[in-house]
Amino acid sequence: MKHSLFSITRRGLGAAAISMLLATLGALPALAATPKDTLVVAFAFDDIITMDPAEAFEISAGEIMGNTYDRLVRFDVADPSKLYGDLAKAWTVSPDGKTFSFELKPGLKFASGNALTAEDVVFSLQRAVLLDKTPAFILTQFGFSKDNVKDRIKQTGPLTLTIETDKSFAPSFVLNCLTANVAAIVDKKLVLSKEQNGDLGYAWLKTNYAGSGPLKLREWRANEIVALERNDSYYGDKAKLARVIYRHVKEAATQRLLLEKGDADIVRNLTPQDLAALAANKDIRTTSTPKGTVYYFSLNQKNPTLAKAEVREAFKWLVDYAAIGDTLIKNIGVVHQNFLPVGLLGASTENPYKLDVEKAKALLAKAGVPNGFKVTIDMRTVQPVQGITEAFQQTAKRAGIDVEILPGDGKQTLTKYRARTHDIYIGQWGADYWDPHTNADTFARNPDNADDAKSKPLAWRNSWAIPELTKKADAAVLERDPAKRRAMYEEMQADFRKNSPFVMLYQQTEVAAFRSDVEGLKLGPTSDSTYMFKVSKK
Amino acid sequence: MRASNVIGRFLLVILLTYLGLLAVTFFIGRVIPIDPVLAIVGDRAPEHVILRVREELGLNKPLWEQFYIYVSKVLHGDFGTSVLTSNPVMQDIRRTFPATFELATLGIVIGAGVGVPLGVWAAVRRGGLVDQIVRVMGLIGYSVPIFWLGLMALVVFYARLGWVGGPGRIDVVYEYTLVPVTGLLLLDTARAGEWQAFGNALSHLVLPASLLGYFSLAYISRMTRSFMLNELAQEYVIAARAKGLSETRIIWRHALRNAMVPLVTVIALSYAGLLEGSVLTETVFAWPGLGLYLTNSLQNADMNAVLGATIVVGSIFIGLNLLSDLLYNVLDPRTRAMTQAQ
Repeated sequence: MKHSLFSITRRGLGAAAISMLLATLGALPALAATPKDTLVVAFAFDDIITMDPAEAFEISAGEIMGNTYDRLVRFDVADPSKLYGDLAKAWTVSPDGKTFSFELKPGLKFASGNALTAEDVVFSLQRAVLLDKTPAFILTQFGFSKDNVKDRIKQTGPLTLTIETDKSFAPSFVLNCLTANVAAIVDKKLVLSKEQNGDLGYAWLKTNYAGSGPLKLREWRANEIVALERNDSYYGDKAKLARVIYRHVKEAATQRLLLEKGDADIVRNLTPQDLAALAANKDIRTTSTPKGTVYYFSLNQKNPTLAKAEVREAFKWLVDYAAIGDTLIKNIGVVHQNFLPVGLLGASTENPYKLDVEKAKALLAKAGVPNGFKVTIDMRTVQPVQGITEAFQQTAKRAGIDVEILPGDGKQTLTKYRARTHDIYIGQWGADYWDPHTNADTFARNPDNADDAKSKPLAWRNSWAIPELTKKADAAVLERDPAKRRAMYEEMQADFRKNSPFVMLYQQTEVAAFRSDVEGLKLGPTSDSTYMFKVSKK
Repeated sequence: MRASNVIGRFLLVILLTYLGLLAVTFFIGRVIPIDPVLAIVGDRAPEHVILRVREELGLNKPLWEQFYIYVSKVLHGDFGTSVLTSNPVMQDIRRTFPATFELATLGIVIGAGVGVPLGVWAAVRRGGLVDQIVRVMGLIGYSVPIFWLGLMALVVFYARLGWVGGPGRIDVVYEYTLVPVTGLLLLDTARAGEWQAFGNALSHLVLPASLLGYFSLAYISRMTRSFMLNELAQEYVIAARAKGLSETRIIWRHALRNAMVPLVTVIALSYAGLLEGSVLTETVFAWPGLGLYLTNSLQNADMNAVLGATIVVGSIFIGLNLLSDLLYNVLDPRTRAMTQAQ
């Protein structure tokens, strides 16, 4: 071995170099397109930390949950204000609005082959409350607790159950919350057979599967692959394709190459530049949907300058919305100046603000800071957030405001934001469930502004004390007349637009690019309503 | 007696190295301004859930106590569970390390296999064409970001020419056709006799490995050149020429052999560097290796995963250092004599 290394001649060395080059570039097998019965999706899913619907709350995990688990009701992806029974055949609400009775479809089965009955539904909802992981609040806001949930969510027959709330909420609110992943139905028998130390199967289900959805989870390898397969026991139309394989591809340029080459059927995280470049490619098409995610700047009211009403308003006139909309968020967002994203009940589309430096200057003068001031902004170093922040820095300067950008990693800026030690923060908020209360709850509600408050919504994080608005938000969730409820949200948004320390920027549009042989792809408004089981290939 | 002393001292040094490594990583991990609870419960969790998780993780205990608990668990072979993947950390590392190992090994084979002869050549023909080429390659290797070069390589060799497989370790078609035994795809496919899958895995491996190989080649060839120039200026080379030895023999048997001694360290450390996993290469090539795992864990303050991966990386460094020391003994009779005298 040693000898051969040392006895290479110069001529041999050249040959070795050439053969090495050939080995690198040489005749290797040509690549096949993706298999006909398999959908390959390139997706950045490093946010997934669990596959348990009682805990999963991350965007990518949501999509897996939506495809692999069923729930009592779902909303219509084409019109999210319409609900339809998923496992539920029918439901009624008692006259006092507190008791919801459900009847299940007959003959339902889990992917495991176990029968799906009201016992499983009751167990799943109770389990989510008992485990009390992050998304449990979606259910516990109806008054369920560890102590009372067994009395409030009850089986009344083999296929019937009742859910009893503590107040008479708007029925649409309760039902909308039941479409969330946390209300997904798990296989009681299977989950309990894997139970350790009374954990209700929590440790096991984190990386396993116990559902009844159109697709079943075969494997999740963190940051590598999520493999789904057709569930032949599914009650409804069977999934069109035998397999859906999600591959974790973080880099947008890499996703684009995979798509162009045909090694991915769908890619999910392209940049506006990639999308523009792909427009000319006849083999590739795109689809987009407005998402329930809004982006904003927020001004910490602990900062005495930022707490002045005129200063708050001045900032709203210091963003060049039109330029941002035309360039930085082209194809991936639409300018939107309200806390409710379009698609939710009562969402306003009024966008009164535009770049007006003179108006901002006048407001600053009125606030007693005619020459501007210095302020910092915490920013995640990702696009388009970075571009928007830099553009804002330029426009703010024109009114004399010197904005210092503090760049950071996502978790780092968020940690600071949650501790209320920022001046300005640029953030985003996605709807947790498909009901206006999800955003009203965080933007327009702040029951306790103290540092040790029990609940710390976005209004709290910016130290915005709003007893009146909080009352309105609390009332809206109890309003059972849909028209009145809508009007209440419209009123709250008008108030918020004018007075809040939030400079609302835009609503996200999700875009996916796909090979032209892919059919039936529709991105849902929430992460858990993008249904891959409806996708087929020509 | 004396031998056991040497071994004892050696073990003590290793133990202290590990402890130091763990302590530094642990405390850095605790002072970075990221709340580890955030990675687990996310941004939406109610306050009581956050407090409960903080307690479950033991984060409310004093730092030294947290460290003590961690180290005693590690001594019992328990490296904890990653909060991001929900798997035991060692299971994650068993999954990600083979991907990096495969890449790094082929990378260093290319890097050393081409880099050393090229460096020798450049030294012998100092100022000649080959020397200029080596210089330019070295310059590019130092200055061009691997990220960019990786993408360009993908565009040319994968997208345009179709010579190699794309990002990822293997085509989706083969994903569930073989049972992973070692996690090294080349080995697993070869053992199973799945030659088509083997070819596919190789076609995916060759581009990122060449890229890593190129970057270590750039370094190794420069170092080889300078070591060789040093050796070729020595008197024994003149003596050998005077004796009438052939130039080939002088270069390859005498000069290179002497240059090999420091070169082994250079190569071993390059290899160790590659085995840590290259975050950027792994990102561009969607390669599920240790580098990505470590970075992702660090960004989320997933300390069990970070510490576990650090132990592995640390062990690689210690191991390869040891190996290069042993190789010194083989290559340099003087160190051998010294060890024997001891």
